[in-house]
Amino acid sequence: MSGAPVAKADYDCIVIGGGHNGLVCAAYLARSGRSVLVLEAANQVGGAAITREFTPGFKVSACAHLLHLMPGSLIKDLGLDARGLRLAAAHMPTTAIAPDSPPLPIDVQNPTPLAARSGADAAALPAYHARLRRLAEALYPVLDTAPPRLGSDSWHDRGAWLRIGWRIRRLGRSDMRELLRIGGMCVQDLLDEHFETPLLKGALGFDAVLGTNAGPRSPGSVFPLLYRMAAEVQGGSALAQPVGGLGAVSDALARAALAAGAAIRTGATVERIMVHDDRAAGVILKSGEQLSAKHVISNADPKTTFLQLLGGEYLDTGFVRRIAHLRARGVTAKLHLALNRLPQFTGLPHSALAGRLLLAPSLQYVERAFNHAKYREFSPAPIVEVTVPTVNDASLAPAGRHVLSAVVQYAPYELAGGWQRERARFAQLVIDALERCAPGLRDSVEAVELLSPRDIEREFRISGGHWHHAELALDQFFIVRPVPGAAQYRTPIGGLYLCGAGCHPGGGVMGIAGRNAARALLREAA
Amino acid sequence: MLTESEPHYRQPLLRTPFHERARALSQVDSFIPWAGYTTVDVFSFVEQEYFAIRNASTLYDLTPMVKYRIAGRDALRYLNRLMTRDIGKLKVGRVAYSVWCNDGGHLIDDGTVFHLSDTEYRLCTGERQLDWLLDSALGFELQIGEVTDETAALAVQGPTSCAVLRNMGLAGVERLRPFELAQFALPAGIAADAQVMVSRTGFTGDLGYELWMRPEDAEAVWDALMEAGRYCAIRPIGSRALNMARIEAGFVLPNVDFVSGERTLRAGTERSPIELGLGWLVDLNKGHYTGRRALLEEQRRGPRRRLVGLDIEGNKPAHNALLYADKAGRRQIGSVSSATWSPTCKRNIALAMVDVPHIKAGSTVWAEIYLNRELVWERRMARAQVVERPFFAPERRRACPPADY
Repeated sequence: MSGAPVAKADYDCIVIGGGHNGLVCAAYLARSGRSVLVLEAANQVGGAAITREFTPGFKVSACAHLLHLMPGSLIKDLGLDARGLRLAAAHMPTTAIAPDSPPLPIDVQNPTPLAARSGADAAALPAYHARLRRLAEALYPVLDTAPPRLGSDSWHDRGAWLRIGWRIRRLGRSDMRELLRIGGMCVQDLLDEHFETPLLKGALGFDAVLGTNAGPRSPGSVFPLLYRMAAEVQGGSALAQPVGGLGAVSDALARAALAAGAAIRTGATVERIMVHDDRAAGVILKSGEQLSAKHVISNADPKTTFLQLLGGEYLDTGFVRRIAHLRARGVTAKLHLALNRLPQFTGLPHSALAGRLLLAPSLQYVERAFNHAKYREFSPAPIVEVTVPTVNDASLAPAGRHVLSAVVQYAPYELAGGWQRERARFAQLVIDALERCAPGLRDSVEAVELLSPRDIEREFRISGGHWHHAELALDQFFIVRPVPGAAQYRTPIGGLYLCGAGCHPGGGVMGIAGRNAARALLREAA
Repeated sequence: MLTESEPHYRQPLLRTPFHERARALSQVDSFIPWAGYTTVDVFSFVEQEYFAIRNASTLYDLTPMVKYRIAGRDALRYLNRLMTRDIGKLKVGRVAYSVWCNDGGHLIDDGTVFHLSDTEYRLCTGERQLDWLLDSALGFELQIGEVTDETAALAVQGPTSCAVLRNMGLAGVERLRPFELAQFALPAGIAADAQVMVSRTGFTGDLGYELWMRPEDAEAVWDALMEAGRYCAIRPIGSRALNMARIEAGFVLPNVDFVSGERTLRAGTERSPIELGLGWLVDLNKGHYTGRRALLEEQRRGPRRRLVGLDIEGNKPAHNALLYADKAGRRQIGSVSSATWSPTCKRNIALAMVDVPHIKAGSTVWAEIYLNRELVWERRMARAQVVERPFFAPERRRACPPADY
């Protein structure tokens, strides 16, 4: 409060959390000549994009397990290829599996297997895909830019609105109408309009609800699908698996940040953000150590950042209310299996095992799986995204052994019986569901790890255990993500920024939030 | 008491512990709802009741005032985050008038804060807002609870109010300074082993007190006051007479002079404390509180409008009058929110929201007043002068000890 000269800050910027967005942000800030320190509570950087051993000898990408959303421009900008990021597989195929039906490759380029089931669907798929892709391309600038403010006089904001408006207008009348029509629709209605094969619809609908607290009949469930496709537009390599797992992406990002001059400290848990004169002034570590900085950038989720690290007393009540009401409860679990042999999915060619398998036999099945989450129960028949990363990258397991990494829904954060008690039962239930598609799988399991949203919350320090830090939905997107008043990476506290998945455009190992946050800071501090 | 089984639309208005006494004295049976209770609007004649406020003593039932108990380790930190005023300066045993704002720096409500002990406060306010109070409490260690129906409250206001309380047996009440509170034992003849809290506060701008007691003592205290004030013709008053006094005192009333910033629907109808002339309650240097950043910005930008007092020619109150910069009425520059003929000042006064630059004392504006001449309506443009508030501020409201009159 006093006018006394403030001692020189230790750093220009302190980044709380060394997740991929934090590292991206640090790299961009350091490249612009700022002194940057990244503080990571865990003993390795990466946040939810790490590779770690889950049982002796078996390694897995512990949370996110596929790389498909990071823009090529970012990979090039930061020279990640030169810093050790190599892909074990790119353009990975997707195959729909079901216990009572042969696997169905979901491939726009090769509709022959689909034609065997439904000629109409095979004919409809390319047009459906092409249109969604056109819409997604038009939406890409929305993902890439920092959200402009509404009602602002600045040319920067006006320019951003104009660019977005122009891209959408350029779609032409028919596509623009379609975008407005389907933008808030439920994905089941959209798929029912185009297709008849349950297995195809289940798999296409899967990507719309993956990682969200929604079912295919939930309003607005087309939106996450468009979002995912828009991000993939610039991803270049489509679905990809880095050598060494997702941790390799984080390691490359850390090298990029270090090369740019940033410092990284692991095992350094931030306890509080210091505020001086209504500005962020640095952080206090759990050890009691104080580090001062002109800017603090939080890679932590919004609830953790504002309610725990900062504290409501520095914020206005209405803002705290919005943060407290932010929907951020995870419904997605992660299953890791150590296998003593390659799993044998009935009728599945080996090449398909190098990709991802979706267990979502029909939209009805997915919706039923979702029903339970509403009542704090897990799905008795869950939907699963399966990868066997050791097919592409043998280094993850001892010779001849394999790792199965699966994303499982729905596993609500708030579980009636409590995850401590139910974890093993749910893991067994998922294994049983997979066993029906891959007989013998159960007997080949040597070790099991199931991460419920509670475990994800604990291990990755994400309040609510939601992958995207905050539910990805139309009402928590773009200019209102995470909440109005913090949607431009700036916060009500001067010098405090957000750079995590809770910001636009969200999570999914994309890195855009980190890059946008760095740009917002640099523009403001310029 | 209300029961869960009755649908809300069947539930009657609550009755305050003074209701039976008030009903017995009501001559015109004029009751109005207030915060879920039924209360008196007028007992007999509004003028008689008004003159009792300024010349004798009055009783006014303020039990429906919403009361919150705020207690705990963080109570002070919490109130300072909630309110625009520095509550840290409020000593135990004192009362402060304060306001609180939303994020936009717009007034939510005003009220009085009673500092009861190191860790306990009471907040009295016109409307319920537990949701806002609880949301503001996130991260603070304290309890907030509504105690409205646990406490009966009675305002004793007027030049002889101190004498009446002394007559009733509250020895030493004359030593209470404005905005001070104290506990008094009720004389055994009124209630055995009972206490009454007396604060030297009120809504009349006159000498006066507010008494806070257990509901079971309410009727006995009422009777004792009526008896002790018989010599000066003490009388109960309703809300309408009080409203005249509060306009003279220049106090603002929610939903009359402003609408809570959390309830407005139209953009631009919310009001900041600075606009309402309550800038003296806004402390921009005490640390953070809700709305501070917006108020800083407003201060930097300068005000756009301000609540002012008006002295209007003629004797017809300018209820809801539109205000113009010119007599021809070409450019509207504001409107009147509260108006009355002031019998004590012998002036036609009003509170009005006026655009800059017409907010300065001495500015002339024109009020559009409609006159009902035996059901023939006429429009009159009345010259009005912006004047300082309050319109009426007698020395006795501050005197300590107060005279007996």
